[in-house]
Amino acid sequence: MFTGWLTALVFLPMAGAIILALVVRGDRNIRFFAAAVSLAELVLAIVIFAMFDHEAGASQYQLIDKVEDWIPIESFKVQYFLGIDGVSAPMVLLTGLLGAVAVYSSWSVKTRVREYFVWLLALQAAVMGVFTALDFFLFFMFWELELVPMFFLISIWGSGRREYSAMKFVIFTILGSAFMLVGILVLFYSTDTFDMTLLPDAIANGKLLLPIGMVFTLTFIAFAVKLPIWPLHTWLPDAHTDAPTAASVMLAGVLLKMGAYGMIRVSVTMFPGVISDIAWLLAAAGVVNILYGAVVVLRQTDLKRLIAFSSISHMGFVLLGLSVVVGVNGEVSAVGLTGAALQMFTHGTITGLLFLLVGYIYEKAHTRYIPDLGGLAGRMPLLTTSLVVAGLASLGLPSTSGFVAEIHVFLGAFPVWSWLTAVGAFGVAITAGYILWMIQRSMFGPRNPHLNDVADATPLEMLPVAAMVIAIMAVGIYPSLLVDVFSSGLQPIVDSLQNVAVTATR
Amino acid sequence: MTLHDIYLLSPEISMAGLAAALVLIDLVLSRKSVLTVVAFVGLAIPAALSMILWVDLNNQTSTHMNADFGTDTAAFVVDKFSLFFKFLIVAIVALVVLASSEYANKFQRFRAEFFSLILFSATGMMLLASTVELISIYVSLELTSLPLAALAAFLRDDKSSESGLKFLILSAVSSAVLLYGMVIIYGFTGTTVLADIATQLSGAGLSADEAFGSNALLFGVVLVIAGFGFKIASVPFQMWAPDVYEGAPTPVTAFLSVASKAAGFAVILRVFYVAFDTELLSLDWGAVFAVLAILSMSLGNLVAILQTNIKRMLAYSTIAHAGYLMVGLAAVAARTPEAEAVAGPSGVLFYLSGYAATNLAAFAAIIAISNRVGSDRIDAFAGMSRRAPYLAGVLAFALVSLIGVPPTVGFMAKMYIFGAAINANLEWLALAGVINSVVSVYYYLRVIKVMYLQEPEDESRVRSGVPMKLAIFVAMAGTGFFGVYPTPLIELARSAVGVLVS
Repeated sequence: MFTGWLTALVFLPMAGAIILALVVRGDRNIRFFAAAVSLAELVLAIVIFAMFDHEAGASQYQLIDKVEDWIPIESFKVQYFLGIDGVSAPMVLLTGLLGAVAVYSSWSVKTRVREYFVWLLALQAAVMGVFTALDFFLFFMFWELELVPMFFLISIWGSGRREYSAMKFVIFTILGSAFMLVGILVLFYSTDTFDMTLLPDAIANGKLLLPIGMVFTLTFIAFAVKLPIWPLHTWLPDAHTDAPTAASVMLAGVLLKMGAYGMIRVSVTMFPGVISDIAWLLAAAGVVNILYGAVVVLRQTDLKRLIAFSSISHMGFVLLGLSVVVGVNGEVSAVGLTGAALQMFTHGTITGLLFLLVGYIYEKAHTRYIPDLGGLAGRMPLLTTSLVVAGLASLGLPSTSGFVAEIHVFLGAFPVWSWLTAVGAFGVAITAGYILWMIQRSMFGPRNPHLNDVADATPLEMLPVAAMVIAIMAVGIYPSLLVDVFSSGLQPIVDSLQNVAVTATR
Repeated sequence: MTLHDIYLLSPEISMAGLAAALVLIDLVLSRKSVLTVVAFVGLAIPAALSMILWVDLNNQTSTHMNADFGTDTAAFVVDKFSLFFKFLIVAIVALVVLASSEYANKFQRFRAEFFSLILFSATGMMLLASTVELISIYVSLELTSLPLAALAAFLRDDKSSESGLKFLILSAVSSAVLLYGMVIIYGFTGTTVLADIATQLSGAGLSADEAFGSNALLFGVVLVIAGFGFKIASVPFQMWAPDVYEGAPTPVTAFLSVASKAAGFAVILRVFYVAFDTELLSLDWGAVFAVLAILSMSLGNLVAILQTNIKRMLAYSTIAHAGYLMVGLAAVAARTPEAEAVAGPSGVLFYLSGYAATNLAAFAAIIAISNRVGSDRIDAFAGMSRRAPYLAGVLAFALVSLIGVPPTVGFMAKMYIFGAAINANLEWLALAGVINSVVSVYYYLRVIKVMYLQEPEDESRVRSGVPMKLAIFVAMAGTGFFGVYPTPLIELARSAVGVLVS
């Protein structure tokens, strides 16, 4: 089977990056070319999302591109296999959106323009590959491919201790993926396939070379670093803070989602038994993430660092949603998983927007240090309004997508982990506190005299902001837009979890 | 010696003939730069002859052709395994010749001798891949090593002379150790022919309780491993590598790091898979190589972090890669009889070819850059992304391949060879391998960081000549192409090792 849509999706930015590197000359042309590529990619992502059929009865994996004899070696059967299901379709949309926003928001990059856009497009291609690959080997290839662009983006165009942060990001990520590599190979040599659509059954029916818990752990570490789970999170604040705006948007918006996506696609789908056994750990880790992130945010004085730590807190909700896999009394509900998936999408748009806005503020006020800011509302009404909207979405105000995601997570988790969920819900209160406090300190109050002549964002600069706000509100007001798609992808997973739960209660 | 024997030996004979011809042409020629062309074009002869042998072999029912040299047992075979290495070594020599055409201006008068020594050494390596008898192996090994000692000292400055002398002495010591091991094995089995050793050992009634079945054999095999370990720069026989690599002319370093390693692994695979292939023995030497693999990887990668000279750093990186390669040796078939036997050895062949392309790309870029800036210090590469964007790009790509990040052949090769380890139930070895790869990220990325992030010392452009560009292009193309589509190379490697695991 080969429909070609997803291949185009993955290789369009890649081809764009190569043409940019070899052919296009002149900073202006480079910018327009990169913007054109990323816009085309966004349109393609929207078309693909629209083409995805989430009605009951539709096949689980769609738009399949499959070349079976890429590496047809007997002891090393690797296929070129792309496809999307209900979980990855929204992720594709998210990556397309944030990729376009990232390119667009980089208009003011002045140094080494060509290299910058080459890496940005290459990064987008790699992430698209991760979300669409259905062969574990290919998945891993894309997973690793994303490292080099990110390393360069942070270390060349970043700020602060950028070289240190870039190196830390790479070492942490690659250490995680090193373990995953061993896990993948063990799975292959136990089941004789890299095919992610066949692996769940093959693992359930076959005998693994290592204890299944160990294989699970090997693969899980990579996702835990990427998500990140406390205490593997220490790379995140550094990398997010020191990265240039577009890289922060991509990092927080889609790269963290790779961890969450991997957990759903691999840890939950392939190891339903193991994940049910350790669900309490996930719930506990989720609550720790929520509270730890939220409490640490309170101490931050750098806007970007603040948002970075809030990401840790928000990723806790994903974990809490995933912990619902165990179910109560042999009944597994899809609500928690749907919440986790929604949180992935919604955090991508909200935090992407926050980083974008902070990028604008930094560009105009030349500082991200909160005590130096203040009273900006009068000078930049557009940015302030946007920041308030993004902030409210981040703290989960109804009618924004943040609310939809969090309510799903809590509804799903409460019957299973009542006490932990109750404790975790405190995080929401703290979130409301730090978000409002942050906005109050930086945008309202007395204005710092040296900020008297800062300008507001231009209408052109507001364009990506508007796109993101629309995405946030659309999902907030009409959640079925995503919920139906996610459900179609999660239902088969829930069914297999149901089997595990039933067997366990017997 | 019959005509047929000469036909079988023709690639080696033509290689040696080319080496001799170069020296003779040098006597009558005044334009020395022609020598590079002669050497490069002349390599087409051994390549073509190997190709003819390959086609001929494909037409036969038997998997190999023997040259008997008047005795009734073969000392020299032509099979797919040896031809694989002949192609590889000819390709390596071709790239090294191209990459050194400019560098050789440093010793203009001895240009012919330089190339001819490389070709003589390559002749030894090609013989090594084909010999199946201990004495022939020893003679080929000496033919390989002696020219290398002279080559290492070619610059005739302090460091280069030290490098040559060090290589000569340690090489002699290791040869002695190897010879001692061979003598013990001969004493135990009464034959020097690998296949006969295997027959003798299978009837020797080795006890399963002792390592290698008997103390004599243990002693012999360990000494042989020590002797070969020197050639592939494996810990704990790696002491010579950093000094020699640093002092030797850079093209020689490149040649040493890939060709010498390839020949070393060829002979190790041949000796251990043919002579010591019983289940009992292969489990034992597999375990020895597993331990050596971990030691090599760990020491190589950890010490590489501290280096400030890029050639020295790559010397330690070579030691580490010898470790990754030995993972393939440790993955012996006997560990999991139900699994595929070719995975481990074919992994070694695949990794060697990928490593050759990658390392030659890296060294070619280093030669081009350091020739112009006149320094091997890593600091001297500062700002190279501006002074020489393409060379810096090539070096960065090669280093990424050495780390093992896609889309490079380094990634595919690591996946394949660690996969072979897991296939043989050596999960812990694969885990040690990947963790070592993580360690290596630091020092490889540091070079990339220096090239792309630091300000250059001056803004002058670094340029390179046409032969260098060709060498870089070919090496890069190999690194990139087999990183995306490794199937042909893997299949070639698998058919080549078919004769070892029957």
